[in-house]
Amino acid sequence: MPIDKIFKDDANEEKGERARMASFIGAMAVADLVKSTLGPKGMDKILQSTGRGHSVTVTNDGATILKSLHIDNPAAKVLVDISKVQDDEVGDGTTSVVVLAGELLREAEKLVTSKIHPMTIIAGYRMAAECAREALLKRVIDNKENAEKFRSDLMKIAMTTLCSKILSQDKEHFAEMAVDAVFRLKGSTNLEAIQIIKKPGGSLRDSFLDEGFILDKKIGIGQPKRIENAKILVANTAMDTDKVKIYGARVRVDSMSKVAEIEGAEKEKMKDKVKKILAHGINCFVNRQLIYNFPEELFADAGVLAIEHADFEGIERLGLVTGGEIASTFDNPESVKLGHCKLIEEIMIGEDKLIHFSGVAMGQACSIVLRGASHHVLDEAERSLHDALCVLSQTVNDSRVLLGGGWPEMVMAKEVDELARKTAGKKSHAIEAFSRALVAIPTTIADNAGLDSAELVAQLRAEHHNEGCNAGIDVISGAVGDMEERGIYEAFKVKQAVLLSATEAAEMILRVDEIITCAPRRREDRM
Amino acid sequence: MALAFDEFGRPFIILREQDQKTRLRGIDAQKANIAAGKAVARILRSSLGPKGMDKMLQGPDGDVTISNDGATILEQMDVDNQIAKLMVELSRSQDYEIGDGTTGVVVMAGALLEQAERQLDRGIHPIRIAEGYEMASRVAVEHLERIAQKFEFDVDNYEPLVQTCMTTLSSKIVNRCKRSLAEIAVKAVLAVADLERRDVNLDLIKVEGKVGGKLEDTELIYGILVDKDMSHPQMPKQIEDAHIAILTCPFEPPKPKTKHKVDIDTVEKFETLRKQEQQYFDEMVQKCKDVGATLVICQWGFDDEANHLLMHRNLPAVRWVGGVELELIAIATGGRIVPRFQELTPEKLGKAGMVREKSFGTTKERMLYIEHCANSKAVTIFIRGGNKMMIEETKRSIHDALCVARNLIRNNSIVYGGGAAEITCSLAVDAAADKYPGVEQYAIRAFAEALDSVPMALAENSGLQPIETLSAVKSQQIKENIPFYGIDCNDVGTNDMREQNVFETLIGKQQQILLATQVVKMILKIDDVISNSEY
Repeated sequence: MPIDKIFKDDANEEKGERARMASFIGAMAVADLVKSTLGPKGMDKILQSTGRGHSVTVTNDGATILKSLHIDNPAAKVLVDISKVQDDEVGDGTTSVVVLAGELLREAEKLVTSKIHPMTIIAGYRMAAECAREALLKRVIDNKENAEKFRSDLMKIAMTTLCSKILSQDKEHFAEMAVDAVFRLKGSTNLEAIQIIKKPGGSLRDSFLDEGFILDKKIGIGQPKRIENAKILVANTAMDTDKVKIYGARVRVDSMSKVAEIEGAEKEKMKDKVKKILAHGINCFVNRQLIYNFPEELFADAGVLAIEHADFEGIERLGLVTGGEIASTFDNPESVKLGHCKLIEEIMIGEDKLIHFSGVAMGQACSIVLRGASHHVLDEAERSLHDALCVLSQTVNDSRVLLGGGWPEMVMAKEVDELARKTAGKKSHAIEAFSRALVAIPTTIADNAGLDSAELVAQLRAEHHNEGCNAGIDVISGAVGDMEERGIYEAFKVKQAVLLSATEAAEMILRVDEIITCAPRRREDRM
Repeated sequence: MALAFDEFGRPFIILREQDQKTRLRGIDAQKANIAAGKAVARILRSSLGPKGMDKMLQGPDGDVTISNDGATILEQMDVDNQIAKLMVELSRSQDYEIGDGTTGVVVMAGALLEQAERQLDRGIHPIRIAEGYEMASRVAVEHLERIAQKFEFDVDNYEPLVQTCMTTLSSKIVNRCKRSLAEIAVKAVLAVADLERRDVNLDLIKVEGKVGGKLEDTELIYGILVDKDMSHPQMPKQIEDAHIAILTCPFEPPKPKTKHKVDIDTVEKFETLRKQEQQYFDEMVQKCKDVGATLVICQWGFDDEANHLLMHRNLPAVRWVGGVELELIAIATGGRIVPRFQELTPEKLGKAGMVREKSFGTTKERMLYIEHCANSKAVTIFIRGGNKMMIEETKRSIHDALCVARNLIRNNSIVYGGGAAEITCSLAVDAAADKYPGVEQYAIRAFAEALDSVPMALAENSGLQPIETLSAVKSQQIKENIPFYGIDCNDVGTNDMREQNVFETLIGKQQQILLATQVVKMILKIDDVISNSEY
């Protein structure tokens, strides 16, 4: 009696070797896809969206590339997921994590074909990952005590991160900018406080960090364009007709004259509100919501600068910068904290007018203005800068740093190799494979730069045999070099996250011996 | 298809649209059902035990789940066959009742079906097989009761509990840090357990997950974790000795349930209404302040104005907190949920030693920790992990561990795992079989065979020689008459489960045997399957 099918029509099931093969191939395909973007000489990808307008993105950021892929292979989805998490958690290393996971799976595939059980491989990988982490921990550099050195560490990290991106030409400039911006945050990881404004035109070199704050808004008509010693009230309140919030209230009138009266009362109410606001003794009023013409006129009359419709983050940032509180009621002028700044003026960047607040009381937030030839360049520049900012802000909290340029991988590989030699049993094969997967990262970096990877990695390995060696691949000169001298540094937190998430993902995919795919949900609208 | 004819030779219509239906009868029906049940069991078989593999499931919307938990796998599978659905039900009811052993129960049922098929081939009537199974299951359950051991634990000495939870966790992907997770689970259960009544309300344990960090960062919080932040960005991020007002009314003017209208027809009325509105907001905030609250947690949103007033009066607030969380907060802080501002009194405030907001990673995600609560009877397990699937799987694993700990508190009898319990039951059932005269004897022997299949699968998944290992363990059990020998899955070097500290709960094991037997009986009794053919 043949078994009737257990599953629904379109559902299918893949078992054992086939399932493992399907997930290996899927995961490796994804890893190979982003592999060529790794390292300072990595190439970019063009992504065209299928949505309206077929908008084009040019990027080198692993997370961005993977996010926009339409993937059907479940194992590949796991990799996309880890790259996304890496992006959220530390911001950088999104490509490395996928490449490492892909390499781990590639090695695992070889082991599986030579009849080693996946569980044995997992056990080996776990031991290896733990050992690799220990190895890194032993070699970390921590300059937290020495502020000057710490800053230079940060500069180096920023430069290392940026050199694989579009900004590599001006990496010093941008690294300086990113470090300054992050120092302003004073240890907070809230990157929202750093505003990035993109304005096409000029060249990337014209980008700058503004000490004050720039709001991409216009000043109301007839209001002063320049205010010195500004007192700012930051508000979130309705400046159109204030609705009556009591439920069920409605206006019922029986004659035209009454309508006029009510309207008058409404106006009076608004006037009152404006008066109350003015009573704070301010000369600048920034509102999150709309300001209607009538109150705007009132403000103009009083010589107060009124800015409407600042978005929510703008308001929050402004609150942070100027030290004012975000107000919604105005009955107690004496106890509301006002924001202060030395000068408000309208400035021109390219074609656009922006409002510039300078000489602010508390410098917790700042603005970075990016200039560039086209939108694509700017978008990519923003992503790159974001990566750098993320890494820096994480490093401020966890100040441990490592050398870069494939150095950490070689250090880990060496330790893991030693562990493999000491371990008895089948696990040692898996541990050895782990070290091979680690070496694949410097290999890829060299390959992408068009260098002779086999030669370089072999040299590197020999160098690393010496205790306390700082050798890594110097892509610029195309040889093995001292990474400390070249100033190539990476954050420990990023490397650790790469190592752990890649191992975890590889483990997860390895454990699978069966893939069950449900019938895709039918779309009604396609009918 | 059987047709009936009336006295004029015309066919009766017994089933509507008879020709469009397929029908299986008699032995064919049973064989088909057994085949379907076995197919489901076969899928799960490789997930059993500490070295079991995972399944990757792709849902109808393309979302991916990776799991090792029997109940989850079956639930996510798109099953169409009726009998297969019964098996899904079976694992679900084990999940509801016990929470653990969901894979084992299905594997057990599959083995029973397989044995039943053999007996059917011999020509034994399905009902006799079913009855034989029933008797055998009774023998097995009684035997388990006899060999079960009580083990003592109390709040200070919870090591045995941790050991049992570790057995459960060792088959999951989280086995890397099973020790710490097991401790977390046990501590959580002990924190909320009512040891007098031997009852545990698992609702009091909240399991939250957030992507990022690593599994080792998973922590137990003696308090509540809410995935919310302060309503106003400038409110303080940390409050010590918080007095919490828990409100289910919005910070908005009242909305009576009955229909009403407020007509405004004169300017004066407009004015008074405006005044009242302002006063209303003011009063609401004042009332909270008056009773001494230092934190307001509200189920609803507030108006911008109310928000600012709160901020202005230095009264931090959290809005849009879900109903369940609100209840947990109320339990933890010993506060009362207040539906109206008028009913706020100082006694109704909850107390917590520390409330703080914590942000994660590079995104703007924040969570609110409420700790050092007056009444620590509600705890949160906060899971971190590399990716979403990991978190989900960890949640399921923790759930299993929590259930096991709870079951132990309810009934502290244990049996030994690693297949030891199954093997000794198999021996007991086999011995008992000879006492029954009649055809049932064969069915009882078949039951004993079926029990062997669980340790067999364990050995198979661990890469051991299944038959060799099983027979070795079996003979060892008989020789030394000790029911603690099981399969050495982790390659520790001994198969004495007492030394390996591999325990399972007695009720879990009993339930597995009973449930599996019940379902198999049900399947065996079906002798006619009528289904709509393809349309």
